[in-house]
Amino acid sequence: MNDFWTATILVATVASGIRLATPFLLASLGEALGQRSGVLNLGVDGVMLLGAFGAYYAVLKTNNLLLGVAVGVLLGALLGLFYAFITVNLRAQQGISGIGIYLFGLGMSDLLFQKLVGTPRPIMPFAIVRFPVLSDIPVIGEMFFDHSLIVYVAFLLVPLFTFIINRTTYGMNVRAIGENPEAADSLGVSVGRVRYSALIIGNSLAGLAGAALAIELGIFQQNLTNAMGFIAIALVYFGAWRPIGVMAGSLVFGLVASIVLQCKTLGIIPRSASDLAAMAPAVITVLALVVVANRFRQPAALTKPYIRGQ
Amino acid sequence: MTVEAVFPVLEMRGIGKRFPGVIANENVDFDLRKGEVHTLLGENGAGKSTLMKILYGLYRPDAGELRLNGRPVRLSSPSDAIAHGICMIHQHFMLVPSLTVAENVALGLRSTRGPLTDLRHVARRIGELSDAFGLQVDPFADVWQLAVGERQRVEIIKALYRDASILILDEPTAVLTPREVDDLFETFRRMARQGRSLIFISHKLHEVLTLSDRITVLRNGRVTGETDPCNTSREELARMMVGRDVNLAPEKPAATVCEARLQIENLVVAGDRGTDAVCDVNLAVCGGEVLGLAGVSGNGQRELAEAVCGLRKPKSGVIRVDGQPVAPGNPKAVRKAGLAYVPEERMRDGAIGDFNIMENLLLLDHGEKRFCRNGFLRFGRIFKHCRKLVRAYAVKTPTLETPAKNLSGGNIQKLILARELSGNPKVLIAAQPTRGVDIGAAEYIHARLARQRTGGTATLVISEDLDEIFALADRIAVMCQGRLMGIVDRHEATRERIGLMMAGVDPDSPSKDYCPVSESTSR
Repeated sequence: MNDFWTATILVATVASGIRLATPFLLASLGEALGQRSGVLNLGVDGVMLLGAFGAYYAVLKTNNLLLGVAVGVLLGALLGLFYAFITVNLRAQQGISGIGIYLFGLGMSDLLFQKLVGTPRPIMPFAIVRFPVLSDIPVIGEMFFDHSLIVYVAFLLVPLFTFIINRTTYGMNVRAIGENPEAADSLGVSVGRVRYSALIIGNSLAGLAGAALAIELGIFQQNLTNAMGFIAIALVYFGAWRPIGVMAGSLVFGLVASIVLQCKTLGIIPRSASDLAAMAPAVITVLALVVVANRFRQPAALTKPYIRGQ
Repeated sequence: MTVEAVFPVLEMRGIGKRFPGVIANENVDFDLRKGEVHTLLGENGAGKSTLMKILYGLYRPDAGELRLNGRPVRLSSPSDAIAHGICMIHQHFMLVPSLTVAENVALGLRSTRGPLTDLRHVARRIGELSDAFGLQVDPFADVWQLAVGERQRVEIIKALYRDASILILDEPTAVLTPREVDDLFETFRRMARQGRSLIFISHKLHEVLTLSDRITVLRNGRVTGETDPCNTSREELARMMVGRDVNLAPEKPAATVCEARLQIENLVVAGDRGTDAVCDVNLAVCGGEVLGLAGVSGNGQRELAEAVCGLRKPKSGVIRVDGQPVAPGNPKAVRKAGLAYVPEERMRDGAIGDFNIMENLLLLDHGEKRFCRNGFLRFGRIFKHCRKLVRAYAVKTPTLETPAKNLSGGNIQKLILARELSGNPKVLIAAQPTRGVDIGAAEYIHARLARQRTGGTATLVISEDLDEIFALADRIAVMCQGRLMGIVDRHEATRERIGLMMAGVDPDSPSKDYCPVSESTSR
């Protein structure tokens, strides 16, 4: 084998793995925050779809990427607000109402796409952002510093979220409310307000994940995410509700997906088995979940609506 | 006496609160002076908690007025109450187990570093309070790692940190050893001497008499009297609580001990966390005696009971009923061997809330031929059987079709007792049989257990309430950290000695086994 080719393929695989991991990372960071506050949102995929369509449509009409991203985030925030109303004020069962959000996002994004766009037209993708010195380092530069802005943003959110959760009063409130909302309430921390904010921030990130996906691909279609949001939820468990763990999970998933893709293009996997191979990331994630997730306890109040005095 | 000493810091006048179908408080007057311990005494459901939840801003009263330092106030949330210097120490600790002590204390407070936490500052202040009040605790320990007594200290530090002038103490001694209770009371007195006012909620009469300056008794949502420890007695307080004379220590004939009916040999049981919750316990209970198992909750009693009843598979050890070993971890086999179980969590393990009285009474026997033919229930017989049981055990219920969850704690317990005792068991395990039950029902349940004892059943009563242990038991076994600290004859037992054993201190005399036959049958 030619060493040069092996190296090139390796670099390309890692780089595309990081790219593929980005929407998962954004969505699962958001979901992790919501779950730390004690609310499970199974509707991530629906939020991502609406965010994706919003971003796609805005870019299609205005050619303004920033506006596209903003629309995606805003739609996510709105759905987060709505979901918070359902789960905090109406105290709905979180399992089923999350499915509702998913179905709403799935149907609504397709309907809007059919009505407003009809035939898919490509939009301009993100520009690659390169750094003066870092991007010129051989191998490393190509792997880590040859991406669009959104990739850097997603990975910078990891230390930021770690800091917010562990070192700020807000993060402490979130953790307390996810474990024992009664105790937090008895000390005057507003359970509702904290859960609202966590869900709005979390779902904004899901919207951003959708926007990142649509702009990265430069296209929108029905069910564009193909259940990525559900994988993102699994990655939250995989990552034991910690940003760094969620990032590790996203990277594993992205890399396996990228390897499978690379093997398919190189013809290592026969065409007949390619559908089977496409399952590999999901299978590996499930196996990792079995190993990892049992070692950590989920937030004690997860899925439990808080009712004062009960 | 100065004006300030008499002037109440808190006045509650004519407080009324109704819930659908229940009058929780009616025209309740309560006041609190500076630097006093004022006890609120009453049975479960008497309205103590409701009154305190009103004071703490969790409930809004339908009627009445609240004054702090003479000024009327409206408290609509706990933060309002905290802002007015009112803190509540809840019966079930209000702590977040996954956070550290310092984080738990800092929760809900404004940080000196803006949006960032200021835990080092908080920890320093906790250290100062620990020293001043003798409340030792590590500010950076995770709360889930702390023992119950330490958690209690964290709760008190939380209140002191907020510089509370009024403290509501909701049954703070429920989970402590007698020794820890003494220390706690010393802390409370120190706080009162500093000019803080304490409201002490309890139904343990001897504690009330030790700690209080004044006592207000509630019954059925109304104040039935106000007194102070110098002018009253346990008997009088009990009468004010219940509304009639109460027999606090029922007479019972001497135990007619025969052979060991329940034997537990070298039992090792794993707890929920995987560590051994019960370590090598040997126990024998004879027919016609009550063995009381005392101990602070969480020292392996629950796991022991579950293992004996087949609900938790022991790691090793043998359990015998009438000398015959029973299959471990098999509740059906255990039942068949003649064992009955009154569980600690009666609404979770003892009854099904949404099932009606009849269905709950039939949970054990529904498969028996007399109630079931070819898979069809024989309702005529079932009705007759259940009506008989409800009458015999004085279960107060409108109909047999009433869901169990609508009954009071005492009636649910009677219902469970009716089901468990109707088969006349050889062995009875009763865990916390009267916890959260009103005095009338507790009296009845104790009498029932005594009758079962006379009938030759071997009874193991597991209780955290020493009064209950002393009232029922012939011998008292004490568990601490999964080990049996020893077994003491009722007549030789004192509260001090049992208290020491509960805290893990070996008493001077070695444990004696008073069961004559257990030696020979257990090889």
